[in-house]
Amino acid sequence: MRYRIKAKDMQQRNFVVTVILVLSVTFVSAQDKFFTKNGRISFVSKGNIETITANHKSVTCVLDSKTGVIQFSVLMRGFEFRKALMQEHFNENYVESDKYPRSEFRGQIVNNSAVDYSKDGVYEVKVKGKLTIHGVTREIENDGKITIKGGKPHAASTLVISLSDYKINIPGIHRDNINNTVTITIDCPMEPLKS
Amino acid sequence: MRKLIVCLALFIPVALLAQEEDLLKQVEDSANQKRYVTAAFKSSRVINGHSMEFIGKGVLDVRILHRFGPVNSGIKEFFGLDHASMRMGLDYGLTENLTVGIGRTSVNKEFDAFVKFRPLRQSAGEGSWPFSLVWVSGITLNTMDWVDEERKNYFSSRLGFYHELIIGRKFSDKFSLQLAPTFVHRNMVPGADDDNDTYALGIGGRLKLSKRIAFVVDYHPILAGRAPNTKDPLSVGFDIETGGHVFQLHFSNSAGMNEKEFITNTTDDFWKGDIRFGFNLSRVFTLSRRR
Repeated sequence: MRYRIKAKDMQQRNFVVTVILVLSVTFVSAQDKFFTKNGRISFVSKGNIETITANHKSVTCVLDSKTGVIQFSVLMRGFEFRKALMQEHFNENYVESDKYPRSEFRGQIVNNSAVDYSKDGVYEVKVKGKLTIHGVTREIENDGKITIKGGKPHAASTLVISLSDYKINIPGIHRDNINNTVTITIDCPMEPLKS
Repeated sequence: MRKLIVCLALFIPVALLAQEEDLLKQVEDSANQKRYVTAAFKSSRVINGHSMEFIGKGVLDVRILHRFGPVNSGIKEFFGLDHASMRMGLDYGLTENLTVGIGRTSVNKEFDAFVKFRPLRQSAGEGSWPFSLVWVSGITLNTMDWVDEERKNYFSSRLGFYHELIIGRKFSDKFSLQLAPTFVHRNMVPGADDDNDTYALGIGGRLKLSKRIAFVVDYHPILAGRAPNTKDPLSVGFDIETGGHVFQLHFSNSAGMNEKEFITNTTDDFWKGDIRFGFNLSRVFTLSRRR
């Protein structure tokens, strides 16, 4: 009689302990999300007679280290060119930033489990997701690097795109000035996101 | 069994978190940042008069304007193309909101210089402002020989001045409109009863037809102090933009290329068909690094 009651108590206690453990897993907010609003993105177009570059210093990037979800948001008007007129043409005639103010990438680090976010080091990663520029969304896959330093991730990557894939048209007269193939360099050191 | 279901239910929130969440929403707030409206007009001139646009800091704008003779002067004059007057000028952007310029017109061998300043700029987003306010002040200098050398002629008689306040707004990607009350003062006028002061209202409009071509209208009805026998200058034309050049091709009843000249010396009537072909050519050079 006494033995059975003891077993029931044990089961109940075990159950309560399990529930508490499960709840604690769902509610823990460890440093698992990182972000920046000052990420840097630059791009280069090497035309036959002209090389065009622009820099952006206010890119938003968010990374969830637990799931590997990584997202970027770029305000197109934030790209800075050396020539004022070039910047105006970029916005008015090419990316049409009044119509499409932001470009975005929403994706996933495919091999996120290979990255140890608590251990300093350089981790080669593969990223897959949806890139939206000029209102056109495409699935892309690209290589990148996550560098962990002091527990903070630094995302870096080089991406090559074709402007025509995103319906950005270069008129015939400018074919020698602007290359349809553009190289984009991403450099985003991140801080923990306090949620 | 019930315990099993409860345990499973506790794991469902964790499973949902594994789906892609909108991380960006958790950090975004600058979706509606203030930004200045650009490219209301493709050029710093509507056609004849100044537009609300500026050329940018460290930028030099080389401008060549041509005005031909009246088209209705017939085939012998090659529809006016045989007679051309020209203005060559340089505009320089000292800051994003301050431009200075000089020029010389073949008509009256007249030099002109101006200062253009923008105290208020149209902006969108947070704290937006609906229009741009631009002030232009200019001076003209006629360097022709005196008609009568025997008379006591004063240097100051060669001078003219103009001041205008431009109120402009880019209404949409395709349409911009500006109003510019303008004041012109001529130190010396031809007739004793002529007004030295003339008031006009500049009306400039642009309709963008494609990414690189726009239709432009530049009209200055005279409000007061009209010079005798002069008409209101009206120009209509197209702006064509290619890379660093802007070509403005237009028809106008006025041959003057600075404010004093086209407001006080337009003798042809647009509506009677006394119009002339002309073009503005503008090429910008970036002289100094912005960043």
